[in-house]
Amino acid sequence: MATDVPLSFWGGVDPKDGRIIDKRHPLLGQTMAGRILVLPSGRGSCSASGVLFESIANGTAPGGIIVCEVDPIIGLGAILGDELLGRVVPVIRLEVEEWKLIGNGDVIEIESSGMVRLVESGPNR
Amino acid sequence: MNSTVEFSNLHLNDGERSMLQGELGPATALAMRILARMAPLYGADRFIDVTRAHIDGIVYEGNAGLAFAERLADLGGQVRVPTSLNVMSMDRTNWRQLGQDPSFATNARRLGSAYVRMGAVPTFTCAPYQTEWAPSFGEQIAWSESNAVAYANSVIGARSNRYGDYLDISCALIGRVPASGLHLTENRRGTHLFRLDRIPQRLQERDEFYPVLGYLLGQSVTNGVPVVDGLSVMPASDQLKSLAAAAASSGAIALFHLVGVTPEAPTLREAFQGAPVPEAELITLERLRKIRGMLTTATADQVDVVAFGSPHASLQECLQLAELMDGRTARVGMQVFVTTSRGVKEILSRNGALAKIEAFGTSVVADTCIAVAPLVRPGARVLMTNSGKYAHYGPGIIGVESIYGSTEECVQAAITGRPDVDDSVWH
Repeated sequence: MATDVPLSFWGGVDPKDGRIIDKRHPLLGQTMAGRILVLPSGRGSCSASGVLFESIANGTAPGGIIVCEVDPIIGLGAILGDELLGRVVPVIRLEVEEWKLIGNGDVIEIESSGMVRLVESGPNR
Repeated sequence: MNSTVEFSNLHLNDGERSMLQGELGPATALAMRILARMAPLYGADRFIDVTRAHIDGIVYEGNAGLAFAERLADLGGQVRVPTSLNVMSMDRTNWRQLGQDPSFATNARRLGSAYVRMGAVPTFTCAPYQTEWAPSFGEQIAWSESNAVAYANSVIGARSNRYGDYLDISCALIGRVPASGLHLTENRRGTHLFRLDRIPQRLQERDEFYPVLGYLLGQSVTNGVPVVDGLSVMPASDQLKSLAAAAASSGAIALFHLVGVTPEAPTLREAFQGAPVPEAELITLERLRKIRGMLTTATADQVDVVAFGSPHASLQECLQLAELMDGRTARVGMQVFVTTSRGVKEILSRNGALAKIEAFGTSVVADTCIAVAPLVRPGARVLMTNSGKYAHYGPGIIGVESIYGSTEECVQAAITGRPDVDDSVWH
């Protein structure tokens, strides 16, 4: 699932089921669990790290996150998941031009090297 | 079980390497790994010492945060620098009378205990800078709680980034932070200039001026260090506190300079560290009125709750309330809160002021506040407050509409149930 609108996990995502609950966000109502979330950055409150960590603990986190800006808040949530639970949610930063190539509904893979591969274009193309 | 991580881009000294290798225990190793992985995200390639820490992870937000703190404590983690604690989620002695849920209170208490086991001091206040735990000028510190960071950086001239939950305790356990952001002199230079334009001195002397000024800065500068020129008074500590809190809650401001007032801005030139001074944005009375209007969201002409003390009320602020409340009583059904530190409450109980405040019908709440503990009764619709921070968090976090007024107006509203706000001072 891809969006060009930043999303704050704190107040924007319910860690119980991974659903987007930010009423002003275009992905409202979709669930991020197990999918690759493509967004510009997290932004917002520091408490967002805790929400991402909580969702990793609950098994409702995205399978991976792709951003185009360095985001310590998302980074911290993912690092906590790895260090404390041994669950890796890769967070990849791409250059904006590459990041823009990914569209909502595309099927993509993140390799362990950090390489992002487009497997199949989504229906919106 | 963790993914293999190399720290090839970091300059680590022998002490940091031995922490990573677990020679100082597993909790220190875990904290050091977290920080070493975070450092590059902050653009840091090395660490620097800090001399104190303040922890916000003490607010109970869910099981993951509790599990994290208990894991560190069970692994034998001990803070390496003097560490104070922010507000927790309960009043440790009065939680039953305040109607707090027992299972919630149990979790809040467990979280508090975990941090105290690690050697943190149970201060439980969001205004640590008004206690003996305050840092001094130039001190490198690892603080969390947005208002405390803004005050420490701006008013005291100590140096901290905003360390959120999980990072704050990690910094405290290793006593070091990534060398980045506001720890470095060059990042403390002003970026935006504001100039007070014909703002009368009588308004600048009023307490209610400062949250509005702070709110304006937070709304206007999303990423940077605002500088305000043209103050003609020397604000008191409590006024600067309310400015910092409003600036940090309406936006993300962690440092501001007031020319001729705050320590890194004796002159305009020094506020910008000798760099070219940008063109000033004017702060007019009209602009202040507009910002002040944003702090009031309620349209109803009725008040259900009155709250003072975000950030935690100082002794001075409590004594002022005792004087205003003395011999008067709040209307039946009105909830009145003063949130403060246990240390201040103790002084109030000994000097007789607590009795005056409580006889008015006020709950004097220690250790916590109404934004992190559900103390406002369900069904309450309108909160009146003199705090820019409470007014800001009213609709989103507390679940009420807000009315912003002066301290005197708030006390009056608690008695009458009506918000009689006089705005003549804003014209």
